[in-house]
Amino acid sequence: MAERKVSVTSEVGLHARPAATFVQTAAKAPFDVTVAKAGGQPVNAKSILSVLALDVRQGESIVISADGDGAEELLDQLAQIASAS
Amino acid sequence: MEAQEAAGRGPGANETEQAAAVTPDAGAASTGTGASATRQGAAVSGPGASEQAALTGTGVSPGAGYGPAHVLVGDIPEPDKEARHDGDAAAERARAERALDEVAADLEARGARAGGEAEEVLGAQAMMARDPGLSGEVGALVDQGVAAARAVFEAFGKYRDLLAAAGGYLGERVADLDDIRDRTIALLTGLPMPGVPATADRPFVLIAKDLAPADTALLSKEVVAAFVTEQGGPTSHTAILARAMGVPAVVGCAGATSVASGTPVLVDGAAGTVRLSPSDDEVAQARQADEARRAVLSAATGPGRTADGHAVPLLANIGGPRDLESALANGAEGVGLYRTEFLFLDRETAPTGEEQEAAYRPVFEAFPEGRVVVRTLDAGADKPLAFLPPPEEEPNPALGERGVRMFRRYPEIMAVQLGALARAAAGTSAKVQVMAPMVATVEEAEWFATACRTAGLDSPGIMIEVPSAALRAADLIRAVDFFSIGTNDLTQYALAADRQVSAVAGLQDPWHPAVLDLIALAATAATAESKGCGVCGEAAADPVLACVLVGMGVTSLSMGAPALPWVRAALGRHTLDQCRAAAAAARTATSAAAAKAAARAELPGLAALAL
Repeated sequence: MAERKVSVTSEVGLHARPAATFVQTAAKAPFDVTVAKAGGQPVNAKSILSVLALDVRQGESIVISADGDGAEELLDQLAQIASAS
Repeated sequence: MEAQEAAGRGPGANETEQAAAVTPDAGAASTGTGASATRQGAAVSGPGASEQAALTGTGVSPGAGYGPAHVLVGDIPEPDKEARHDGDAAAERARAERALDEVAADLEARGARAGGEAEEVLGAQAMMARDPGLSGEVGALVDQGVAAARAVFEAFGKYRDLLAAAGGYLGERVADLDDIRDRTIALLTGLPMPGVPATADRPFVLIAKDLAPADTALLSKEVVAAFVTEQGGPTSHTAILARAMGVPAVVGCAGATSVASGTPVLVDGAAGTVRLSPSDDEVAQARQADEARRAVLSAATGPGRTADGHAVPLLANIGGPRDLESALANGAEGVGLYRTEFLFLDRETAPTGEEQEAAYRPVFEAFPEGRVVVRTLDAGADKPLAFLPPPEEEPNPALGERGVRMFRRYPEIMAVQLGALARAAAGTSAKVQVMAPMVATVEEAEWFATACRTAGLDSPGIMIEVPSAALRAADLIRAVDFFSIGTNDLTQYALAADRQVSAVAGLQDPWHPAVLDLIALAATAATAESKGCGVCGEAAADPVLACVLVGMGVTSLSMGAPALPWVRAALGRHTLDQCRAAAAAARTATSAAAAKAAARAELPGLAALAL
């Protein structure tokens, strides 16, 4: 299981456009991808509704996890999306 | 000779209940009261309404429109809590998946057509419809025996609560989610789709209880063949919009929403009839009549004037630069009412001076040497603005702080608007005039005129909408350069009949002799000072009433652009003396209907226009 912990820097948090891009990217993976607020319950990163409902605000940290062939690359991409401002 | 052919159908045919008769009565704005009331009275009622061949209401925008009915539904009802499927869970799951997928595909397709920001918004909505978490919930519920529609309702409910609890941006997504949910449930239960489609393979007849501006923002003639609403009168939002678009419309049409979506419907926007499943012959006949009518109209060109050459400038009412094309195409000599509200509505903060300037300049440039009359922000009452809250709860908003009253409360908003107007006017050859709405007193008129002149706008005017202003017009005209009569509000205030209350829509008739008297007072006062007095309400769009207005001394007429050819043709067929005789006859009448009949009797040229 690979993991990344990143701080969300976008002004709108993990909402709106960043959330859509994040979910679209995760959805391309053939394996499960989850995202959680630090210390919280992980949710399906391919579900826009679940990701929105996490209500991640600017400055909060999230943990992205995946397990599978290419998981590292995907997590790098997702981490970059989440930490882009 | 088209004229005589048109005349052959005869005036007055619209008084009958002949559903298929397309009698171009562009007296759209004034078909109210008596005649429409009896038509409404005769309208279909009872449960079998949709089986009837025809429905009737008030025709408010002339012309024939034919197309499949699109019935606009309100809320999709919540599917029954106990709704179960017949046991084949796999098939029911597949049905739910298909419905969600179809909704998503439709959102994506609409986004792709719209482009830009709309594409992004609709794309995000489509993602919600394709959400794997949501579909998992739906599947689990269906596996427990819950019917697909109910499962969709419950699955959405869970996310809905989460988003609503978060508030802010997420809270606002609840409406998006509800829209997707309702569309999916509509598909699963065979209910008509909520919302108005922005595109269509062939134009449809839009049927609704009533239409809100939000429903109609994206509509065009390519999509809507006609409007039919159950509520509303000649000055309702639907009526004004329909006339501005040049699309036939019938309002106050009882039983309209019980028509099944998809039923072929033929609408006569003059007679006020809505024919269900008409024969090919009827449709062909209506189309033919429509073409004959257009031919008569296109024969009338040039600036507005009476048969004996008395000039009456014909101007257009516009709501923004996007209305310019229609104004110019219909031969407007200028703009008699530029409503600036569009710049202010639906936003959190006031538009900047630069933003406003950019909206004013193209309008000024479209009419070199022409007149452009701009109405300053008319907020309050039915047009509340987020950033200009009224100071307190108003039991009667129409009698509250609106128009120039609101403008005085927020002087900074006014300073920005007048400044932007002055800058935009500076570089153009248009004769820019600025007027304030809802002026009631001399003191207000003087205050506004001073504010305009200070900003560098040298032709200030006021609207005559409040009876006090009409009654004391001789005092008010000294403070300003011109009057423009807003007949919709003047009628509302003279007859104490709220424009928003459909129960008193019958009183909202500018033909009422009391309204005519007020108009005559204002026009006479302006003439005595050699100043202009225009009319920019819906009354000016009624070709018969337009002749009467000119006969009372009104110097220019401004209207929704599609009405211009009608008014031009009606004026061109009568002398100023005939108009005066019609005005005098109308003012001796004791009711709106009698005033109209008396005026018509003095205007023989109407027959040739089949009015």
